[in-house]
This record gives sequence, structure tokens and C-alpha cells, in this order.
Amino acid sequence: MTLSNPEPLGEDDSAATDLAAEAGTVTARRRTPWYLRLPIISHLRSSVGLQRGMLITGVVLVVVLLLSALLAPLIAPYGFAQTSVDGERFGTQQPPSAAHLLGTTVTGFDVLSRVIWGTRTAVAVMACAVAASLFLGVALGLLSGYVGGWLDRLLVMVADAVYAFPALLLAIVMSITISGGQSGAWSGILAAAISITVVFIPQYFRVIRAEVVRLKAEPFVEAAKVVGTGHRRIMGTHLLRNATRTLPLIFTLNASESILTLAALGFLGFGIEPTSAAEWGYDLNRAMADATSGIWWTGMFPGLAIALAVLGVTLVGESINDLNDPRLRTRRSRRGAKKKVAA
Amino acid sequence: MTDARTDAQPSAPSDPRLRIRDLDVHFATDGGDVHAVDGVSLEVAPGEILAIVGESGSGKSVTARSVLGLLPETAEASGAVIVSGTDLVGLSQAQLRALRGEDVSMIFQEPSSAMNPVFPIWWQIGEGLRAHRPRITRKQIRAEAVEALESVGIPDAAERIDRYPHEFSGGQKQRIMIAMALALGAELIVADEPTTALDVTVQAEILELLRDVRDRFGTAIIVITHNMGVVADLADSVAVMYRGEIIERAPSRELFADPQEAYTKKLLAAVPHLGRNSAWTALSTQQQIALEEAEPVVVAKDLVIEYPGRLGKPPFRAVNGVDFEIHAGEVYGLVGESGSGKTTIGRAIAGLERTTGGSLSVLGHEMNGMREKSFKPLRRRIGFVFQDPATSFNPHLTIEQCIAEPLVVHEPQLSQAARSQQVRSFLEAVELPGHYAGRFPHELSGGQRQRISLARALVLEPELLVADEPTSALDVSVQATVLDLFRELQERLHFAALFISHDLAVVDTLAHRIGVLFRGDLVEQGHGPDVLQRPQHEYTRKLIASLPVPDPVEQEKRREAFIAEWGRGAPG
Repeated sequence: MTLSNPEPLGEDDSAATDLAAEAGTVTARRRTPWYLRLPIISHLRSSVGLQRGMLITGVVLVVVLLLSALLAPLIAPYGFAQTSVDGERFGTQQPPSAAHLLGTTVTGFDVLSRVIWGTRTAVAVMACAVAASLFLGVALGLLSGYVGGWLDRLLVMVADAVYAFPALLLAIVMSITISGGQSGAWSGILAAAISITVVFIPQYFRVIRAEVVRLKAEPFVEAAKVVGTGHRRIMGTHLLRNATRTLPLIFTLNASESILTLAALGFLGFGIEPTSAAEWGYDLNRAMADATSGIWWTGMFPGLAIALAVLGVTLVGESINDLNDPRLRTRRSRRGAKKKVAA
Repeated sequence: MTDARTDAQPSAPSDPRLRIRDLDVHFATDGGDVHAVDGVSLEVAPGEILAIVGESGSGKSVTARSVLGLLPETAEASGAVIVSGTDLVGLSQAQLRALRGEDVSMIFQEPSSAMNPVFPIWWQIGEGLRAHRPRITRKQIRAEAVEALESVGIPDAAERIDRYPHEFSGGQKQRIMIAMALALGAELIVADEPTTALDVTVQAEILELLRDVRDRFGTAIIVITHNMGVVADLADSVAVMYRGEIIERAPSRELFADPQEAYTKKLLAAVPHLGRNSAWTALSTQQQIALEEAEPVVVAKDLVIEYPGRLGKPPFRAVNGVDFEIHAGEVYGLVGESGSGKTTIGRAIAGLERTTGGSLSVLGHEMNGMREKSFKPLRRRIGFVFQDPATSFNPHLTIEQCIAEPLVVHEPQLSQAARSQQVRSFLEAVELPGHYAGRFPHELSGGQRQRISLARALVLEPELLVADEPTSALDVSVQATVLDLFRELQERLHFAALFISHDLAVVDTLAHRIGVLFRGDLVEQGHGPDVLQRPQHEYTRKLIASLPVPDPVEQEKRREAFIAEWGRGAPG
């Protein structure tokens, strides 16, 4: 008796016992509370060993990122654009001290505060960019894959053209056209988010389109067609729900890429004004000259923040990918089986 | 494991080719530990053909694969598998490689995926030779390849060794696989469902070849199959596996004549037997006349269906001028080999395929040049059952939602409660408990899923049902229960049906009229007994003659008759 084919129904006696056994597993499935079936939590439960370690590291890093973004006003000792307290200036390029745990920058900002406030910008851009590209990419991919024909050819061509462009160059062009290169907090964040969105849409588009094209030929979609189900219902009920399996993976990988793109934009001077919001890429840019004169703290901490944020999100994405694939997933039960045989 | 009838066997020669002792295989899965093989012990003598039969999941493939050490990483094997004096369990990969090919070789179910498509045939045969004889020259390989191909009856071997796998038919590829095993001088061949992917007429040739190989080279062969006809035709002895254990092992004739275990008896009883309980003869004369005079539901006149060819190539003609009628309340069985166009006809009737020429009228609606809008109201009067129960349900919907789909589309005014009521009554009709409504398709077995498929097709009480090989993915005993259900529902609801199958015996038990398709042409049609017992067309006669019957004694006679008429399996 295997999992895929529990029991032929022809077996009167064993069918009864089998039904009872199956009913047990079904109720067990039901009894699992909904919060344990959420993506990352269910993955955490099914992981073991190194994979579990990777996932936990990633989740911890992401949680720290989100918490510091949420609680920035409470944690950060000073404001992101603050250069003085009680009328007394911080001083520029001060090494780490009790008053400034991570020192101050060439402009006289507190590095620790800039790093903490920077999480806000990063998370905001990440959320906007990924959400926008997710919805647009999925909708276009679904339509393109299902309808096919000239619409499909046109959209694929556009997506390929966007792909062929260097992503960063495209982001720079977008940010210049949207905001003229420099701007305030929200307009800057949106400009960065939209420029990243344009780069990401083709990724979602392609993945969803490929899945939809594959699913379109599946018997269950044909079964719906035979019944006379309308196009909208086929797309919504039958295709969309089955095509979104790989999304959590691209979602997390894109999130980390959006942090990098934002930092690169800031570094190149197309980001957000330092007085409107803290942004790591901009800080790195300003810290370039410091590195040669032995002032390490201005560059290291924003850089570290970028690296850890990207690492955290990527670890979560990679682990989810591994755990979703039964061939890559390591299992706990092997040890159990060995013990059982030995006994 | 209790090998109940070891003593009943003829005393085995002192040195068996293969000896399996207390083989245990566990798999680690998400659902916990699965005990796939539970203490199996077996012996295969030189020149013996052993058939391992059992349902899917009974552990027959795992047992056979462990003979080559071909178990996946998640498997844990214990016990002993002794091939020519060497115990395979626990050998390193390098030691196993040395053993594979020379001592044991394997033939797979799907010959096309077992070959590398970018290399010519001689290279593929040479691959194995080179692994065992590193100093072999190209010339020697080619000479041996020619010899091997000739020994399996492929004509013009010298010229054909330079061809690529796609230039051969499925049956020829399976011959080449056998040739590969022979080229290495394998003393034991494990054949995992070697003829399941092949058509009946080709299957007969491959079985003949395997028997011939055994006679000429004394090779021991283990055949894994679920087809009792193949067992009766080929095997000297049979091992019946059930839930990881061998419950019965006996010489073939003895097993078919006098099965000991209740499970074996059930398995044998479930095999459809050509010419027994024909659906047409079961009807009374009045019923027969009533069926003859009933209004036709489907009328095909000179029906042509073509698939557009690639640029510059002519279109492929799948159906080539076919005429037939399906009357109301009649089951029309369409039989043919793969590529004969039978599925295409079924899909065209359901509006999934466009017709190219001629006329196809379904429920009074002309399908040639049909438009989806005008056909949609008719869709509620047509049901469709797909071949593969695993993929014909949306995995995200519950059984209730799956069955209710036609109701949602065609009777949107129905309340949720009324819909639920209807779903439950149809679950009952297909003999499944009502609480299955809340389950998901993957939680059911293949047979149960095919029942759900029937329920979904019938929930709107259609006048016409198209069933495309509904039981070919199922085990024999499950197939029997699903066929019984189909017959019972048809008698109760009186729908007309197009029943598509490649299995003549199955069609005979269900269909009132049978049409035989051959490469897009309907070569013969008529009532069950007329077609099966008095076939007119050459192809129908060959088709019937190649079908192995699950009875070794009768099958031997049929085989001789077949050879007398068509000669020893000319390569197809």
C-alpha cells in the first residue's frame, strides 16, 4: 500500500479498514491549526538539520529587519537627518563612542540612527516594488498564457526586450523620468519601487505564463472546458490557483534583489535626498572617501546592513525552494527507519 | 513471509541465477516510513521466466529494481540479493556497475525514454560494451551491435545501427533494448512492464522475442506485469505479490488452473476475458431492436480531422473519412492502437478538437465549423470521462467542488444546499460514502477518483457520455469494479456512450456495437459478437489473435494459430 494508491476498492474487507485509517489522516490534516499551515511556518516544521538552520537564520534576520523598520522611532537614538542635539553639534567623522555607538558620518549624521532608519526605506521599497510587480506580472502572465495568439507573442516580446536591458540602467532611466533623479521621502521611495517593478514584471510574467501554458493542456482544464465553464472562471479557479506554486520563491528572491537595486540607485546618486529618508546606498557613496583615510565605521555598517538584509531574505527564499522540492528536502524519518531496522 | 508452495515447485537446479533472501525495503517519505517490500524470498533458475504480478503499490517493481541495485536514495534495503554468487545488498556503486550489464540487465517500460536521443544506436549499444571492456575498438563495437540487432530480428542491421532512436517504432526500440542486454551477455534480464506501452500486435511480437531469447541463450527473465494475459503467454512460473509480500508462487499453469490464495482468485476473476459476457448478447431481442431503431445521437459522415503540419509539410490526417452512428441509449466501443485516431474522434465529439471535413452531428448540432457560443448550451448534455484520474481534477478543489462544477456553470440559480444535496446523491450513485465530498482528489485512490470522474460527467444527467480509456490507468481488480459501475449506471440512466479503449476484452463487456479503427480508417464495425467472433477485416483478425488470454493452455493454442497465420513476429 503506497500513499499515491492507498487501496483498490475491490477489496471489501480491507477497504473498510483503509477507509477508517484514511479518515484518521484526513481529520489529522483538518486538526492542524491554520497558523501552522502558513507558508514559512509549515516549512519550518518540515525542515531538519542544515536546511532548518538556514531557514531559521533567514527568518531571524528578516524579523530583525522588519522589527527595526517598524520600531525605528523607538530604537534609533537620533533622527536620520539629525546633526545636533540640544543645539550641540555631533561633530563629523567621530569614531564610535558612548554617545554615538557607531560613530558619525562626514555630514555629521549618527551612523547607528541612519542604519536603523534605513530599514524603513528598504522595507517600504521592497513591499511596494514586489507587490506591484507581483500583481501586474501575474495578471499579464495569466492572460498571455491563456489567451495565446498575437497578444501572447506581443507580451513575450516586450518582456524579452525588458530582460535584454541591463536592469540597473533601466532603473536609472525610470528613476530619472519619474522624479528627475532626486526627490523627497515618498516620491523617492515610489520612484525606486516603480523602477524596480518594471524590471521585475517580466520575471513573474514568464513564470506564470509558462505554468499557465502547461496547465492549459492538463485534463482538469479540458474537463472544465467540456463542461462549458467560462473563460473567467477557468482562469480564476483552475489556472491561477495552480500556477502560483513557485511565487513565494521569486517573491523572496526579488525582495532581496530590490534591496540591492535600491542601494545601487542610492550609491550612484539616483536615490533619495539624505534629508528626506535614510538610505544605505547613499551613505555608502558618501563613505567612499572615508575608507582610504582609515574611517571604517561610516562605510562598514550600512554595507553590513545591506548584506544582512539580502542574506536574510535570500536564505528564506532558498530554503523554501529546497523544502518545496521533495527531491531536495532532507527528511527526519530516515534515521527513524534505520533504528527500526536495527531493532 | 510464508512461501506456501515452495515444496510444490519442481526441485530447483542446484545453482539458481538469482536468489533473494528476506528482502526488506523501506522508503522514507513525508508521510513517514513506507514498508514497500516485506521479507521477500525468491529463486530464479537459469532459463526460467518468472512473472511477478500484483497491483500498483504491491512492491513488485521495487523488488525487481533491487536486483540491479537501482533503488532511490530514500530507500533502505536489507536481506540478501544473490546474483551469480554475489550479494548485491550493501555493494558499492562501483561494484554494482561492474555487475550490471554482464550479469543482470534491465528492460524498461518506456523504451523511448530509456535511450539517449542524440546518439545513434550503435553508440548506445557500445556504451555498455565500453564500460565492461575499456579497450574495445569502434570497429568491434559496430560488429557486435550488428550481431545483437540481428539476433533480435531487426532487418538491415548493418545499415540501421547508424540511425537514431526516434527513427524506430516503439516495438523496435524495445527490441533494441533487448539487443543491448544480449550484447553484454546478460544472464538475467529484468523486464519492468516491457509491453505496457506497446500496442497489442507489437506486444505479441516482443513476447515471442523474449521467449526466443530464453530458448537460444538460456537467459533467465523476470517479467513484472499487471497483465494476466502476458503472464499466461510468457511465464513458466508466477509470483503473486500483495502489500510487499509474495503470497503465492507456483508454476504458471498450476496457478491459473488452481489458484490457492483468495487474493489470487479475486485477481484472476477480475481479468476481462474476450468473448465472455458480451454486452450485446446480454440484451433481449426486444432491447436489441429498440436500440437499433433509436434516434441517432451522434452521426459522423465521411469525418476527416487533420492536424496542421509544420511549415512546408502536409497536415497530418488523424481521422480519414469515418462513418458511424451512435443511437440513443447505446454504448459504442471504439477500439484501435495508439495513433489510430480514436481519442481524436472522442475529443471532436466533445468539442475539444475541430473537424476538417465531412460532417459530424452531435445531438443535432453540426460540429464542422462549430462556434463555441452556439455549442455551449449543448455541453450540459454531454459528459466526458478522462483517461488519467490523477490529472483530471483540479488539485485545489474538494471533491464536492469538482462534482458541482457543471452545476455551477449550467444551473447557477441552484442554491448551495441544493447543489450539495445533488453531489451527495451522485456520490452515492458511484458507491462512495457522502463524507468524501469534503476531501481533496489526491486523498483518493485511482479507482475512487475515476468514480468521482463518472459522477462529475453524469451530474447533469447527459444524453451522451464520452469515455476516453477510463480504466487503462487502473489495476485489473479496480478496473473490474469501475466497469461494473459504468454498466450499471448506463442501464439505469440510459445515456448513449462512446467508449474508447485499446483493450478488446474490456470493450466487449460494455459496448453494444464496436468499431475498429486502424490508422484513421474505420475498418470494421458491428455488434460485439459479430466483430469479435467473425471478424472480416485482416487487421481485426490480427488484433484479436494477438490479444493474450489469461489462460496458459488456451493461450498456447492461440499462439500456435497466430504463428501459423502470420509467422514468427515479423518486426513491425
